[in-house]
Amino acid sequence: MQYLCLVYADEARLAAMSQREIDALIDETNANNEELRSSGHLLLAQALEQVDGAVTVRVRDGRLSATAGPFAETVEQLGGFLLIEARDLNEAIRIAGRIPSARVGSVEVRPVIDLSRERSPR
Amino acid sequence: MSDGDAAGPRERIERLYRSESRQVLATLIRLLGDFDLAEEALQDAFTAALEQWPRDGTPANPRAWLISTGRFKAIDRLRRRARFDAMLGELAARLDDRAAPDPAEQDDLVLEDDRLRLIFTCCHPALPPDAQVAMTLREVCGLTTEEIAGAFLTGPPTVAQRIVRAKARIRAARIPYEVPPREELAGRLEPVLRVVYLVFTQGYAPASGEEVVRADLAEEAIRLGRLLVELLPEPEALGLLALMLLQDSRRAARTGAGGDLVLLEDQDRSRWDRGRIAEGTALLERAVSSGQVGPYTLQAAIAAAHAEAPTAAATDWDRIVGLYDLLARADPSPVVELNRAVAVAMRDGPAAGLALVDAILGRGQLEAYHLAHAARADLLRRLGRTAEARAAYRRALELARQEPERRFLKRRLDDLAGGG
Repeated sequence: MQYLCLVYADEARLAAMSQREIDALIDETNANNEELRSSGHLLLAQALEQVDGAVTVRVRDGRLSATAGPFAETVEQLGGFLLIEARDLNEAIRIAGRIPSARVGSVEVRPVIDLSRERSPR
Repeated sequence: MSDGDAAGPRERIERLYRSESRQVLATLIRLLGDFDLAEEALQDAFTAALEQWPRDGTPANPRAWLISTGRFKAIDRLRRRARFDAMLGELAARLDDRAAPDPAEQDDLVLEDDRLRLIFTCCHPALPPDAQVAMTLREVCGLTTEEIAGAFLTGPPTVAQRIVRAKARIRAARIPYEVPPREELAGRLEPVLRVVYLVFTQGYAPASGEEVVRADLAEEAIRLGRLLVELLPEPEALGLLALMLLQDSRRAARTGAGGDLVLLEDQDRSRWDRGRIAEGTALLERAVSSGQVGPYTLQAAIAAAHAEAPTAAATDWDRIVGLYDLLARADPSPVVELNRAVAVAMRDGPAAGLALVDAILGRGQLEAYHLAHAARADLLRRLGRTAEARAAYRRALELARQEPERRFLKRRLDDLAGGG
């Protein structure tokens, strides 16, 4: 079963880290991803630009609107994600707990839905 | 026993339902991989027992009979429904293929593990806390939705909805049916202990309503605590059971005439349950000797210090303050600080305690907690600051929701009015 691990962290706190600390966190993240990939648990992992680089897109009445934001109102912002394959939620939680950023911020674990099973039969 | 003895087969099956149904359910959930299917299978198995046992005699191992009958009935049910839903047919075939549980797997150890699996699944941290409580009382204790709703002063539909959602979440997120491995146990045991203690406090000191104690709920929590200690004798599980037994030992003395609340210092100590105190103290010693002393064990040690005092005046307040110091470090909270302040007042006098209570309230903490104002009122009363004491009692009365507590606070207010 697939789970999406959403990695949240306080951007201000990350900005306050020294380059050496950031290098260490990146090296650890790469090593952890490599390990998860070789054990078959990692499908995709990416880090994201800061939230002030985000654009929010909506379509209402056929009209597209694109606005800057969301602006960082909450304490922690989405900073990256990992799409993983795990046997069950406990294994997913175990994997999330090994993500180095979990020590700085938090990781939200979301089970992925198989939409073809959710849809009523045609 | 033959079927001809005094208790008819029907009574014996009913007794068996009370003693075995949770165990059978726990195992059926593992074998069938689904809560609802297992519950239906459990009912089917007992229905079959009511039909067959009076006719054919009671099987040698009733529990094993119920488990395998329940399993076959569930597979049958799935096959019948498969006419409408092909997926259920696949599931039935898969369950049938999985070799029937071999008798060696039916030994008590594996079955007891199923009860632990059930507890850890109901108290999984991915479920909201109120759902953890509802699931534990429903699945592990076998309480009805109405009983759970009555205990927590909500409507049965609310409880039913919590349970339905929790089961859906267990399925959708694929929460496994397992006892966490050793290295994860500490973190996973915490919510389990919290649920058990919450059930206990809801029984021992309901937050609102007419009664001082709801004995059945406290009893249920103690039963859960015993089960945990039996299956998983971790230090804090021992500490929690010790705490519940020591607090519960005062149950009879805590309620006076007309259901009124009797304070610890005014209780008739001869009415304390010595058996519970002895059992709780022994468990406390086991927990302490492990070397890992957690918050429940510390609270049990405080309860034991009260239990050992022959009179209220003989209470060892110095030791109690010391234990609260440790507790404030292990599990910092304003409520712990408040209790510590009350203990300090008993040791060093009301003025010392009042300074601490005022400091806690001054930080804006516990402003809406009636017991903080009741404690403050009591200290002011003892200092002879009557007008301030009356104002604090009135504030406590505004916030209190439990009837016996409200009557107690009103009595105190009246006494102050009379005495000037």
